[in-house]
Amino acid sequence: MFLRFLLRRLLYVIPMMLITSFVVFSFILLIPGDPALTILGENATEERLRFVREQLGLDKPIPVQYFHWLTNALQGDLGRSIFTGELVHETVFSRLTVTFQLVVSAMIFATIGGMFFAIASVYFQNSWIDYFARFLGVIGSAIPNFWLAMLLVLLFSLNLHWLPATGFTSITKDPVQFLRGIILPSIALGAVGMAQITRHLRSSLLETMNSEYVRTAYSKGVDKWRAVMRHGLRNAMLPVVTTIGILFGNLLGSTVVIETIFGIAGMGQLAVNSILQRDFTMLQGVILVMVVLVIVINFITDVVYAILDPRIEYD
Amino acid sequence: MSLRTVFRRIMAERLAFAGFIFIVLLVLVAIFAPWLTPHDPAEQNLSKVLKGWSTEHWLGTDELGRDVFSRLIMGSRAAIQSGAIAILIPLFIGVPLGIISGYLGGIVDDIFMRIVDGIIAIPAILLALGITAAFGASLWNAMIAIGIIFTPQFARLARGQTLQIRKEHYVEASKISGGFTRWIILRHIIPNIAPPIVVQASFNLSYAVLIEASVSFLGLGAHDPQVSWGSMIQQGYSMIHMNPWLIIYPGMAILLTVLAGNFFGDGLRISLDPKHKLEDK
Repeated sequence: MFLRFLLRRLLYVIPMMLITSFVVFSFILLIPGDPALTILGENATEERLRFVREQLGLDKPIPVQYFHWLTNALQGDLGRSIFTGELVHETVFSRLTVTFQLVVSAMIFATIGGMFFAIASVYFQNSWIDYFARFLGVIGSAIPNFWLAMLLVLLFSLNLHWLPATGFTSITKDPVQFLRGIILPSIALGAVGMAQITRHLRSSLLETMNSEYVRTAYSKGVDKWRAVMRHGLRNAMLPVVTTIGILFGNLLGSTVVIETIFGIAGMGQLAVNSILQRDFTMLQGVILVMVVLVIVINFITDVVYAILDPRIEYD
Repeated sequence: MSLRTVFRRIMAERLAFAGFIFIVLLVLVAIFAPWLTPHDPAEQNLSKVLKGWSTEHWLGTDELGRDVFSRLIMGSRAAIQSGAIAILIPLFIGVPLGIISGYLGGIVDDIFMRIVDGIIAIPAILLALGITAAFGASLWNAMIAIGIIFTPQFARLARGQTLQIRKEHYVEASKISGGFTRWIILRHIIPNIAPPIVVQASFNLSYAVLIEASVSFLGLGAHDPQVSWGSMIQQGYSMIHMNPWLIIYPGMAILLTVLAGNFFGDGLRISLDPKHKLEDK
């Protein structure tokens, strides 16, 4: 049963990958006029124009272009950067390790923070911490993340001098420096997620706390803490799994602004620079890798959900 | 449910009411911006840079001596325009496609939904950046891109709703008695799928303001002499150690607009939900 479910989900993922890859590929098709000329500008040499046309495969019909691009991409070859001539897949994957550390840190911040505020606000319902958690849930999803990042830099770097405003050290190189550098970006990136998790977990916890089995547990003499943590949280976490899964894609996308502000040389910054330099092969590579990651994470979320929820029907 | 009932219910929700008033005021400010600004928002005055509050410049001046208050007012235009486009494009392209797909069903629907799912898998901001990059970086292109990225979501929503309504007895009855497809869609489908779509659309104002600000912040949207709250923050950030207010004002403007949009959307959702019991005063 479970295997069939897995197979069905996989069969769903493959056409999705094909379609998203075509969307990413088609950014080139959207460029008005002669893309090579648009990318390089009026003063480009004939040689450069030929290089770009060749890299983009512009001399062939569109389905052939796409087929070539896709088959190469499947073999891990994403072409060469129009701007620097570097191999796209090498640059993207070296940047991926940086972005991965940032996004995972932000996810940890969002999940722990969200769970803390949700549990506290249900346990101490209608107390100041409950109101504070609800306030965070509302503000967190409305605050522009790049603005929050700047306010954090203003307070913790420029005024208090506690944490650096820019720079990133890999965790494998120096864990202490990594922590110092990652705190502010993780908060700025994860704030939206924390707000979402707080809101969703809070309402789903409140719902389970009113359910019959929790009330039965109460009447059997279970204390409040145990009722929330053992009986409530287990069931309330289920819908939050999906929230966390969806969050990953949002955070990955938001790295474009957060990495720009904190000067972190990850995929987000690479995407922005590629756009500013009109480096379309690089941009396609970055976005493709990000999208594949999102689809894979969504797939994993679905599977985890199915494992956690005994009620789910596999068909 | 009549429009008047819905309106009365929204007004009963205090936050939703405040959000509604804020948005109406902002729209008015955006329309009449050129007449409301005390100074020309693009006029530079290098003898008066980075000044604080004064009776002449209420919120001070930026690094080029431009009046911050006037720029804030002018920036509301980019926000409201992106919001409007982010509602109109999905409504007029996404919703009809979704209805047709859901109504026809079968293989057409299957293929269409796979395409929609595929596009939705791309994080919204990346899709907006990719489209903006291809069309060329400008405020107008950024706004079009924002409209495009919400279109598949509306198609999916409209299609899901249509699938439900299509099976209702009154639709079946209308079909059996020989109703034309166009008549059925106009008479039965659209009025019944409207509420959730209207709610979703009201949230789009918030998303659009946030994404437009991000795109302009990255330097891919508004360019001088155009003003956007996002580009104000971008320009102000280089001056953050001299005058942090240059990023605080436009940031507050974005935050308040998004909050207002969210409150109004929440209120609308509650008011349009027929299951929601609310004392009609």
